[in-house]
Amino acid sequence: MADELKDIVLNYVTKEYLEDDSEPLTYDTPLISGGIVDSFSMVSLKRFLENKYAIAIPDAEATPEAFDSVNKIAALVQRFAAKKG
Amino acid sequence: MSNIGSYDERVKDFSWAIAEKELGWKPGDVINIGWYCTDRICEQGKGSKVALHWEGHTGAEKIYTYNDIRLAANTIGAFLRGLGLKDGERVCLFLDRIPELYLGFLGILKIGAIAQPLFSAFGDESLFVRLSNAETSAVITQKKHAPKVRKILDKLPHIRHIIIVDHDGVAPLKNREVAFSLEKAAPVEHLDIHPTTAESPSVLHYTSGTTGMPKGVKHVHYSLISQYLTARWALDLRDDDIYWCTADPGWVTGTSYGIIAPFAIGVTQCVLDAGFSAEAWYKWIEKRRVTMWYSAPTAIRSLMKAGDEIIKKFDLSSLRHLASVGEPLNSEAVVWSQKVLGMPFYDTYWQTETGSIVISNYPGMEVRPGSMGKPFPGITGTVLDPVKNEPYTTHGKIGLVALKFDWPSRMRTYWNNEEAFQKKFRNGWYITGDRSRLDKDGYFWFAGRDDDIINTAGHLVSPFEVESALLEHPAVAESAVVSKPDPINLEVVKAFVTLKPGFTASKDLDLEIMNFIRKKLSSLAMPQEIEFVPSLPKTRSGKIMRRILHAKEWGEEIGDTSTLEND
Repeated sequence: MADELKDIVLNYVTKEYLEDDSEPLTYDTPLISGGIVDSFSMVSLKRFLENKYAIAIPDAEATPEAFDSVNKIAALVQRFAAKKG
Repeated sequence: MSNIGSYDERVKDFSWAIAEKELGWKPGDVINIGWYCTDRICEQGKGSKVALHWEGHTGAEKIYTYNDIRLAANTIGAFLRGLGLKDGERVCLFLDRIPELYLGFLGILKIGAIAQPLFSAFGDESLFVRLSNAETSAVITQKKHAPKVRKILDKLPHIRHIIIVDHDGVAPLKNREVAFSLEKAAPVEHLDIHPTTAESPSVLHYTSGTTGMPKGVKHVHYSLISQYLTARWALDLRDDDIYWCTADPGWVTGTSYGIIAPFAIGVTQCVLDAGFSAEAWYKWIEKRRVTMWYSAPTAIRSLMKAGDEIIKKFDLSSLRHLASVGEPLNSEAVVWSQKVLGMPFYDTYWQTETGSIVISNYPGMEVRPGSMGKPFPGITGTVLDPVKNEPYTTHGKIGLVALKFDWPSRMRTYWNNEEAFQKKFRNGWYITGDRSRLDKDGYFWFAGRDDDIINTAGHLVSPFEVESALLEHPAVAESAVVSKPDPINLEVVKAFVTLKPGFTASKDLDLEIMNFIRKKLSSLAMPQEIEFVPSLPKTRSGKIMRRILHAKEWGEEIGDTSTLEND
């Protein structure tokens, strides 16, 4: 599941937040500190994850650090998906 | 001892000639901000002093001395002239916070052209409206942002050049595009500075209006006088400061106090081109030994949210003065900074239209947490009775923040919209659009906006602009956009939406509309919440009553509903 999840997030961020001829993303590309996703855009990214995986990420957990790369986002999603059972 | 010394004494014998004298300028002289920020400092023998210490999100660093920024601004100015750009033409800076943004700004001013900085996060619609209104001649941008310009280029016949500052030759340049590399260009030692005078236009910043499209706020080179002195007295900037202004130059703070004032004073400034994280920001202060830090309430509240423990990991002892701008700084934030940083954030108040700080807290003057402070010396401010349009004669009443419009950096007009400019005045007072009260000692206390404009993280968003964009989504029949309270950003955008027949409210549609607005306008304008409703409250004449929806969001009394249309 982990790789599939990462690919879904990576493809979504690429499609929604990058211009056509931007440098390709990797799982570790800094998204927030790299200026690809700003704190306002994070809200729509969080909404996507919640819709897609039927989870609720509390605002306190949706920090710039937790959303700073595809790898970190995948870890966050897995944690809440596991809680959901 | 602070630069201002005693606020009360400064008020008594104030004259803007103080700044003119310090800058060596007298009425009738040439005044060019680009020259004041570079050549003049070099002529003072400070050419080898560090002017800009820049770091990108990848950790790449660049250091520019005052002589370096003089040469860079000359080089960019000469390149623009070589393209045929002339004084008075608008040149847009559509860039991330990379060095070319700061140096390009100065180069544009040196040739007498007008700098038009726009947030690189703007979507194509936001970009089009502003470039179209300004009839911009050239856009300086990066290859990552060029596609947004290309998308709207056919509708922008005035644009003659799109200058790509990081073209790598991999993809070919397209229509009207030209490559420019500051690092590869031969430095230009001498550039004929355009002889701009006090009233020559300098900067065009766009700001949101309650109705109609964004308005271009025209500033002039004489604005330097206010920007210089307010930075000296309100921000207490000194020659030996290491200064960090966190604002993006797409916003007026990022030009008035992120380029013009600090360089004209000759301080070393730091720019971190990276997204927000508490750890990265504290690390930056420690690494650069920042002494004066000018930030915004949203950032300060985000730092508060990150907790006090993290601060202990860093040595922040270099800090000596802190200030804030963009929205009212809540008293909790002032108390917090006093507790954890050992000094308060001094709130400053101003707008794109004022060009510089007009009301502020000052070093040496008692800080009343939560207050905007007092008018800058030389500026007359009051609270107007909104009915009589006269200053209240008793303290404590909430009214309109109004100013006598006579300081050097005031806007001169709205670009191509003198009518909107004239509407900003009542009974001889400039109406800011904000409400406040005055206490018995002359401190202003912010009470909110007097219109529907949304202040989110210090940036103004027009409900009208978001509603217009929403109507372009195929599913949206009608919409009403209001502010909603937010613990970090003060306010965020909320949209109430009715759907066209055949569309059903769903989580996916909600996300689709959010992203639609983000790409079309900007992330700031993206509704953080969308509520699908069967109908919107309207007057009998069919006008949407935003005020009812606003009251609902803020838990306020709805007020008079006599004109409300019956269901």
